[in-house]
Amino acid sequence: MSNPLADMEKPDVIFCIGTNMTECHPVAATRLKKAIAGGAKLIVADPRRIGLAEMSDLYLPLRVGSDVALLLGMAHVIAREGMIDHDFIENRTTDSDGFLEHLVEFTPAWAEEISGVPAKDIETAAKWYGESGKGAIYYTLGITEHICGVDNVQSLCNLALMTGNIGREGTGINPMRGQNNIQGAGDSGALPNNYPGFQSVMDPANQEKFKELYGREIDLDKGITKVTALDLCGNEIRAMLIDGENTLLSDPDRAHCEHALKSLDHLVVIDIFPTDTAELADVVLPATAFGETDGVCSNTERRVQRLRAAVPPPGQAQPDWWIICQLAQRLGLTGFDFEEPKAVFNELCSVSPIYAGLDWERIENSEYQWPVPHKDHPGTPRLHEEEFVNGRGIFSIVRYRDPAETISDDFPVWLTTGRRLQSYHTRTQTGRAQGIDYLLSEEALEVNPTDVEGWGLRDGGWCELSSVRGSVKVKVKSTNRSPRGTVFASFSFSDVPVNILTGSGYDPITETAELKVCPVRVEPIDAPQPGI
Amino acid sequence: MKSPLPKETETITLDGEEVAFTEGETIYEISERHRKEIPTLCYDPRLEAFGGCRLCVVEVEGSRNPVASCTTKATSGMVVRTATDEIEKYRKTLLEMVTSENRELDVDSLRGYASQELTTLVNRYEARTGRFIGAQSGTSNSDDKNPFILRDYDLCISCYRCVRVCAEQEGDYAISVMNRGFHTQITTEFNGELRDSACTFCGQCVQTCPTGALADKKAMRAVDRPGEIEKTRTICPYCGVGCSIDLLTKEDRIVGIHPAMDGPANEGALCVKGQFAFDFVHHPDRLTTPLVRGEDGELHEASWDEALDRAAEGFRRANKKHGRHSVYGVASGRAPSEAAYLMQKFIRVGFGTNYIDNCSRA
Ligand code: SF4
Ligand code: SF4
Ligand code: FES
Repeated sequence: MSNPLADMEKPDVIFCIGTNMTECHPVAATRLKKAIAGGAKLIVADPRRIGLAEMSDLYLPLRVGSDVALLLGMAHVIAREGMIDHDFIENRTTDSDGFLEHLVEFTPAWAEEISGVPAKDIETAAKWYGESGKGAIYYTLGITEHICGVDNVQSLCNLALMTGNIGREGTGINPMRGQNNIQGAGDSGALPNNYPGFQSVMDPANQEKFKELYGREIDLDKGITKVTALDLCGNEIRAMLIDGENTLLSDPDRAHCEHALKSLDHLVVIDIFPTDTAELADVVLPATAFGETDGVCSNTERRVQRLRAAVPPPGQAQPDWWIICQLAQRLGLTGFDFEEPKAVFNELCSVSPIYAGLDWERIENSEYQWPVPHKDHPGTPRLHEEEFVNGRGIFSIVRYRDPAETISDDFPVWLTTGRRLQSYHTRTQTGRAQGIDYLLSEEALEVNPTDVEGWGLRDGGWCELSSVRGSVKVKVKSTNRSPRGTVFASFSFSDVPVNILTGSGYDPITETAELKVCPVRVEPIDAPQPGI
Repeated sequence: MKSPLPKETETITLDGEEVAFTEGETIYEISERHRKEIPTLCYDPRLEAFGGCRLCVVEVEGSRNPVASCTTKATSGMVVRTATDEIEKYRKTLLEMVTSENRELDVDSLRGYASQELTTLVNRYEARTGRFIGAQSGTSNSDDKNPFILRDYDLCISCYRCVRVCAEQEGDYAISVMNRGFHTQITTEFNGELRDSACTFCGQCVQTCPTGALADKKAMRAVDRPGEIEKTRTICPYCGVGCSIDLLTKEDRIVGIHPAMDGPANEGALCVKGQFAFDFVHHPDRLTTPLVRGEDGELHEASWDEALDRAAEGFRRANKKHGRHSVYGVASGRAPSEAAYLMQKFIRVGFGTNYIDNCSRA
C-alpha cells in the first residue's frame, strides 16, 4: 500500500475495485466503515454484489475482466471535465500529453459497451473521484489475477496521477496483500527479478554487491517465475524446494500442477501439515507454526513486525530458517551457520536498503514502515510524498484486451473465484480450527436466482461445473450476490477443487494467473453418492 | 480557521491542582492523564462516550448534581473533584445495585479481555452484597449453538459496550439497539441465534464486555486446565493486515487470543479468523517428524539426519546431472521473513541462479 492503514479513515472518496474487503481483510474494512460513517463516499466496482457493494453510494457491476475499459472510461471523463490536477502533472509526472490524447476515444459509452456498467454511472464515479480532495483507491486480487493484471494496476495509477491523488494523507493506490507475510517474502528477495529489498538482479551494481556478499557469481539475468518453473518441471526443472505452500490447491490448473510436481526427480516440501502437495514429495520436513516461531513479518502497509513464540512445537518440528540452514550446510554452502532468527534478520537488514535502518531490537514495538534507509530515519508510512521512487510518475498507455478465454456456446457462463471470510486460502489452517465449520462447512457455487431457474438448477441442489480443462461437482446456492451470467466459488475446499477449471492464461509481465475469469458451463446433476 | 497560537492557557482545577487541557477533552480524559483512576463501566476508550453507568461521576463546582466525567467536556476554569467522600459513597451504592442483580462476579479471566472490570471495581469499593453467592444456574440464550460466543445474560449490566463496539467499531450493527431507544433490553435484541444475524463473529463484543456476560467459548474450554495464563505479543497468522494479538497460553498450550488494543494495524480490532481460528496449531494432523519416501513408494518417518541428507542429496544430484538451472525454490508467504531470506540465499548461493519465487502469483 502506498498509504498506511490509518489513512483508510481519512479519504473523502473511496474507490474499491476488485476487492472483497469485508471478507478478505475485515479489519481494514472496519476503517473504511468509519470513513463512510464520517461522510466519505464509497464507489465499488466488482462483478459481484459483495458486502462492500451493499455499503456503497455507487455500485459499478462490471463484467469480469473488463476493468481496463471501465477505468479508461473514467479517465476519459476526468480529462474531458478538466478535473485533472495540472500542478501535480506538471511537477511530478511525465508523458501526460500522449496519455491525455490516448483517452479521447474511450468514451463512457464505449466503456459501457464492454463493461456493462451504465455510462452515466461511469460519469458519476469519475466526477466523484476526480473532484475529491482526498481520493483513495483500494484493490486486491480482483485486479491482479488477470492476463491484464499489470494493465489494470497501471490504469489505476493513471487515475491517481491525473488527479494528484497520491503522496498525501487519505489518498493513494493501495493493494491489500493476501497472506500474512507475502509482503515480507518479497521484501526478503524471494523473487526471480530482485535481490532482497527489491534490488534488481539486472543492475550491475547490485550484481557486484551480491557477488561480494554471497561469495559467488550469480546469473546476470532474471530467473523464471514459479509459473514458468511449473511448466518446465521434468524438462529443465528437476528438483524443487517448496516452503509452506499448498501449490496443488492454490495454483490454477490442478491437473497441470500435479503432473508437473510428479514429473520432478526430487521434491522437498517444508510444511506444518501433510498437504496434498506434501503427499507428492520425496522428503517432507516438519516446520514450526504460528505461536511456535520467533521471527519477523511485514504487513500490507509495509510495517515490519515481530512474531513471537509462546509454546514449543509438536514432536521434532523445527523453524523454517533452521531447516534451510541445515540443508545448505549439507550441500557444503557457507554463510548458513546461524544460531538464531535474530542473526538472519539482521543480515537481511544489512543487505537491504529498505531495511538498512532496522534491526531485531528496533522493530520490537512495530513502529517502522519501510523504507527505513538509515538508523536515524523514522520510517515511511506514506510513499511518494515528495518524489516517486524513479523520480517522476509515468502515465502508461493502456488498451483494453479480452480475457484469455471468453464465453462461447459451449462455455456460456463466467466463473470467478476468491475467498470467504471464515476460511482462509486452502483451509490447511482454518479447516483445522474448531468451530469454523459451524459457519462454513462446505463450498457452494453462488448463482443468480434467475439463472438458477433458467438453467434448471435448484437452490441447495447439485450441479456440474465444467471448463475446457475439467469439471467439478458442487452444490448450488441461489443468491443475488452473483449477477446473471456470472457464478462464484472459492478455492478453499479440497473436495471442490475449482482450480481444476481455472488457468486459462497469465499476465505476460508478472505471470500472475487469470484466476478471476474462466468461462464455464453449469449443468444440473443428481446429488453425488457419498464417497464419490 | 484555528488561531495559529494554541490557547495553552486553558486550565481546569483538578482535585486542587491547576491542569491544562486541549479543547474537546472530557473531564475523564484529563483525569486519566493525571492518573486519577476514576472508575468506569460503560466506557471503552475506542467508543463514543455513552454516559450510561454513571460510575464515573465527579463533582463540578457550581453544578447541583455530580456529572458523568466521560461525557462532560472540560471548560476553562472548571473546578473538579474526582473522589470526594460523597462521590465515593455514591459509586459504592451504584456498584452494590449493579452486583445485587448479578449472578456471579468472579468469572474466569478467560471469558474475555475486559471480563474482570466489574469484579475489580467491586473489590476496590468493597461492594459485594453477597446476595447471589453460590452461582445460580440458568443462562439466557445458552441455546445459541455457535461455537465461539457464550451469551450469559444473567451477567449483563446493560452498559451497551457490545452494542456500541459492534456498531461503531465493526460497522456490523448485528446487535444494535441504537435506533430503537436505549430502553430495549439487549437480551431481546439477541433473541435469534447470532449465526442468523449480521454477526461476523469478530469477537469484539466479547472482548469489551466488562462482566463476562459475553464470553469466549473457545478460551473457556481451558478454564480447568492447570497453569497460569501468560500473554505473548505476536501477529495474526492469516491475512496481510497484520493485526497484533496477545496469545494466551497455559503451559504448552495456546488457549485463546486477545486483540492488542495498541496494535498499530488493528487498534484492538480482529476478525473471526484472528480471534478464533488459532487452535490449528495443536491439531493432531500436525507434522511432527520428517518423512522420507521409501522404496515402497510411501512416505515413512525418518530422523532429521536421514531426511536432510536425502533432501540435500537430491539437489546435489540434480545439479550435477542437469546443471544448476534444474533446481527451483518456492518461498512461503506465510513463514517469517527469515525463511524467505534464507530460501533465496540458498538458491542464489547454492546454485548461482535467480530460480526463486514466492507464492504471490497464485
Ligand atoms: S461478534 Fe462482532 S459482529 Fe458479532 S455481535 Fe459481536 S461485535 Fe457484532
Ligand atoms: S485478524 Fe483477521 S483481519 Fe486481522 S490479520 Fe488476522 S485475518 Fe487479517
Ligand atoms: S463510564 Fe461514564 S457513565 Fe459509564
